[in-house]
Amino acid sequence: MEIPFEPGFSWTVLIDLSLLTLLMLCGLAMVRMRRLFGVAMLSGIYSLLSAAFFVVLDAVDVAFTEAAVGAGVSTVLVLSGMALTSKREQRVSSRRTILPLAIVVIVGAALVYATIDMPAIGDPNSPANAYVGQAYVERSPEDIGVPNIVTGVLASYRGYDTMGETLVVFTAGLACLLLLGSGSIRGGRKVTDPAPSEDEASPVGEAPAPARPLSDGPR
Amino acid sequence: MGMGHVILRVTIKLLFAPIVLFAFYVQFHGDYGPGGGFQAGVILAVAFVLYALGFGLEETKRAIPPRFLTFGMAFGVMIYVGTGFLTLFLGGNFLDYNVLDPDSHHNAGQHLGILMVEFGVGMAVASTMLQIFYLFAGREAEPSDDAW
Amino acid sequence: MVDVLDFVIARYNYWIVIVLMMTGLYIVFSRGNLVKSLIGLNLFQTSVFIFYISIGRITGGTAPILLEGHGDEHDAEGAADLHGATVGGEGASHAADAHAGAAHGAEAGLHPLGSGSADVAPGADLLASPSHVPVGDPPGVDVVEITRTVGDTIYSNPLPHVLILTAIVVGVATTAVGLAICVRIKEAYGTVEEDALEAMDNAAEYGLTEGQAEGAA
Repeated sequence: MEIPFEPGFSWTVLIDLSLLTLLMLCGLAMVRMRRLFGVAMLSGIYSLLSAAFFVVLDAVDVAFTEAAVGAGVSTVLVLSGMALTSKREQRVSSRRTILPLAIVVIVGAALVYATIDMPAIGDPNSPANAYVGQAYVERSPEDIGVPNIVTGVLASYRGYDTMGETLVVFTAGLACLLLLGSGSIRGGRKVTDPAPSEDEASPVGEAPAPARPLSDGPR
Repeated sequence: MGMGHVILRVTIKLLFAPIVLFAFYVQFHGDYGPGGGFQAGVILAVAFVLYALGFGLEETKRAIPPRFLTFGMAFGVMIYVGTGFLTLFLGGNFLDYNVLDPDSHHNAGQHLGILMVEFGVGMAVASTMLQIFYLFAGREAEPSDDAW
Repeated sequence: MVDVLDFVIARYNYWIVIVLMMTGLYIVFSRGNLVKSLIGLNLFQTSVFIFYISIGRITGGTAPILLEGHGDEHDAEGAADLHGATVGGEGASHAADAHAGAAHGAEAGLHPLGSGSADVAPGADLLASPSHVPVGDPPGVDVVEITRTVGDTIYSNPLPHVLILTAIVVGVATTAVGLAICVRIKEAYGTVEEDALEAMDNAAEYGLTEGQAEGAA
């Protein structure tokens, strides 16, 4: 079924564009900032902004998840991980940033060139919207009868997929348990330590010495 | 312990119950509005993270021991997979919820199946998220670099 | 000029997604701090989320949650068809009258069939077939009100929403694994800066002392 579509300006588009611009500014600020606490805060703001953006684009379930995960759990995790690792990143020599910048600019230009052929945003007849997504919307009231189509697709049509996702979350939790759980302390050994048998003889506390000239950034 | 802690703790005490209630609302209302197991699990975990931030990790670990969370992670996944095997034993395909209530004309089987599966997802996600937080937050108390 | 503006509006989302994606990639490439690299990876990931949701957007659509009464759509159509068949022989004006009764609810009470389907909104067939167009509008009947049907709602594509919803939760779980590895690296090496890690690895593997490593570098 062809749905008439006319691209163009509307107030929703204006909100959409301003949120996207804020997201972009947030991302660029994250590159420049070297205090990781600030970066973690910026990523929290970024998540909240993208949640607002998802609401504008009718993806309420995704917005809900992003607000709870991105602004809640993720920020706490990054902060606690940061507290255990480093608070501040070292200054990178400008010589080292030239090649990445060139690669990024070239790849970005190629991708922008590719968007000329992409279907317009909001086109109901684009390939992504016309076939299987449309079928889910049309058949879900009879097949499943749950008002929230997203829940219906998530748990019933794509139940097998979601089972895999749940297993991935479980496996990630298991991996964290193995890496940081009780017992991981005993297994750990510093690279600079001598063999475990002569552990007692090794002087304590001089371990980071070889890294001193490199790791001593401005604090 | 300054006044800041008192204000923080009173606020957390006020917020804790509504957050948990909201998590359960999101869990069981996911069929009708935005929500579902993933969101509810994260919100439930956030409630306990908030409690731990205000009252300390040990206090929270007394309320919900890490051993219980390890069990919850596995049990949530088992509920999900178990629903699949239940439909298999009832004569349908894996995760074909219609066989849970074959006589219904109002997709009652689908409703029941989705509720069970979402419950499993919620339990697995909540336990995993809180477990991960316990691991990261509890690490600092362990012997630090100099104590090796 | 308007064409150019339309073109830009229709692709602005893609361009921002590309900028964000490249920003994340640049952080991963150029920064030596492992935690910062993980945050860059997160940025890259989020840009893909925004891309998917942008693709699933339909102009004029609404969130993919069925509105009240959508499930009864087929019943409503059936009732309307039956109704049309019953009154079809009696002339167009009668049909229009009956539809008006349906739209206005049970207040008229003239036609039992019309008031029977009063709580649903017929009128899809009213527009579709010209014979049903009301010839002489009874006073007080708003035609526009009648033509608004329940089945007309456009919903955004739910499939990208489902994919991204699960990907967000999986993403935070895998980020936690990455951070856990960073914590272990910090405990083993005392730093999470790539340059320092490499120097220490060289020293441990090839037995270079401090001075030799510095001389080599």
